[in-house]
Amino acid sequence: MPEFQLLGHRPTRQGFGEGLVVLGERYDNVVVLGGDITESVMTSFFRDRFPDRFFSIGVAEQNATTIAVGLALSGKIPFFASYGTFCAFRNADQLRISVCYNNVNVKIGGGHAGISVGPDGATHQALEDIAIIRSLPNMTLVVPCDYMETKKATIAIGEIWGPAYVRFGRANVPWFTTEETPFRLGRAEVFRDGSDVAIIACGAMVWQALLAADMLAKRGIRARVINNHTIKPMDIETIVTAARECGAVVTAEEHQIHGGMGSAVAEVLAKNCPVPIELVGVRDTFGGSGDPEELMEKFGLTWKEIYTAALIAMERRDKGSAGVRRVTDPYRTH
Amino acid sequence: MKAENLRIVFSPTVYENRRRHPEEFVEIAREIRRDIIKMLVLAGSGHSGGPLGTADIHAVLFFGGYLRYRPKDPWWSGRDRYVLSAGHLCPVLYSTLARAGFFPIEELRTLRKYGSRLQGHPGRDMGLPGIETSTASLGQGISIAVGMALSDKWLDKNDRRVFALTGDGELQEGSVWEAAMAAAHYRLDNLCWIVDNNDCQIDGRVHDVMSIYPLDKKFEAFGFTVLHCDGHNYAELMACFDQFLENHRRGIGKPTAIIAHTKMGRGVSFMEDDYRWHGKPPTPEQALRALQELEDPYIAVVETTET
Repeated sequence: MPEFQLLGHRPTRQGFGEGLVVLGERYDNVVVLGGDITESVMTSFFRDRFPDRFFSIGVAEQNATTIAVGLALSGKIPFFASYGTFCAFRNADQLRISVCYNNVNVKIGGGHAGISVGPDGATHQALEDIAIIRSLPNMTLVVPCDYMETKKATIAIGEIWGPAYVRFGRANVPWFTTEETPFRLGRAEVFRDGSDVAIIACGAMVWQALLAADMLAKRGIRARVINNHTIKPMDIETIVTAARECGAVVTAEEHQIHGGMGSAVAEVLAKNCPVPIELVGVRDTFGGSGDPEELMEKFGLTWKEIYTAALIAMERRDKGSAGVRRVTDPYRTH
Repeated sequence: MKAENLRIVFSPTVYENRRRHPEEFVEIAREIRRDIIKMLVLAGSGHSGGPLGTADIHAVLFFGGYLRYRPKDPWWSGRDRYVLSAGHLCPVLYSTLARAGFFPIEELRTLRKYGSRLQGHPGRDMGLPGIETSTASLGQGISIAVGMALSDKWLDKNDRRVFALTGDGELQEGSVWEAAMAAAHYRLDNLCWIVDNNDCQIDGRVHDVMSIYPLDKKFEAFGFTVLHCDGHNYAELMACFDQFLENHRRGIGKPTAIIAHTKMGRGVSFMEDDYRWHGKPPTPEQALRALQELEDPYIAVVETTET
């Protein structure tokens, strides 16, 4: 079981930018399309290193997505990156028909995901992209947990065949995995063992899940923390095993509760191992401007909500649905 | 009458792709039009007007030596590529591909049927030889063609060419103009963009539904070389394609747009220039009339035993 310590703070977008350069060195058919925010999503690293394989498309996400399809149909491995609000929404029809129905080797980097985008506010905070992307047949969706894992995930989706989307953020967030930390596309990693409650998280919420597990341990509760980075295709075995052995599940993500990673886990468990599940995420509302950490607090995306949710899930397991009301959760709306 | 009451026979003729005298396209285009009517009456649904209106364009492009392809080696790496951005016109493409020898002509009978490689709109997942990409969400195919041309000109630096056909109603999609911008920005002289300008769309005349005009000035402003032709005049179509090939050979650094002035439903008197034929198939009675007008040698009414 890997032990984690904080190595520092870095934005996950940096991992994406560095991963693209590694891919560019390994494969001469990797090309990158820019959507005018190349510095911001750090495709500028690739642009500066491989200028002949970088094409600026301008502020035209629909066109960039379908131009990528034309490149893929010509034997290239095109990456198009923008903010998730623009490269999972503005181009949703292009993703559906030309990328996924066509089943071509197009890779999308969805930046500025989650509430931690901060001062740019609600328009730029992608909180529904997981729901859209995971509904598309043939698509692979990865939400890595920190800078290093984003770099690995970016390389990984470049090395598999087919449509894929990697989701990353803007803010400096805890960096805690290393080159040695296990990562394999499609396999959820148990980051901390335990059998009292399972906390299944993705993205920056994995670190918060580890913090919550520390706090739960002080009460003698051993929480299993799972880094569920590949949301599609999901590692059903690891998820179901955790549910069976713990009997209570919490999911945590920087995304709407509706349609997100937690919903995907609930879909899996409803069929395979129905146990009480508590979902931590954004509760059917838009974000707003503020400092990233302040927003994570305001919108209920910290270890505290995971901690509370774990207690609720365990109580529901132990006492049935009658136990639910006994734990107070000010954000509880469902 | 039902479709079963018609004797529907597809001729076995396959055509070569070579330089031809304009008169030679008359029979080829008529054969394609017959196929379209037969496919649609058997399917019982689909689009009639656009496919009939672009039969002449497809005949010249595929059988006049302009598009380079190998029907027995459909994914040959040196081929030129053709993207039917207006995917709903696919009956004309299916017929053309079958007549070029990409797949058995008899397969035309399966249009829109469950499990057929001839999907209601082109789907690459079915693996039909000659279908380069799935299309039909309007506007997307032309951007895909731009991506292909970009790859050929700036990455692989080869002499392949990309032809794409959009409708005119399709030009109301905003992303089409994103594609136009990019094609000119990257100086894609290997891209030939054909506009099927019949001024018809489902709701009516294009100039009534939402005007796209002036079309030539728009393309010129975006940085294209613009050519006009009567989309049913073989000599004019050939002149346009010859000019595009010359533009490409000379490396003029500009994409070419061919505005082909066409009539929806061309070749069938009661369909011609009538937008109501955009999205419906002929009834068996109408198919009979159409095939008689198109001088189909096989068509006849047959008795079927009703149960």
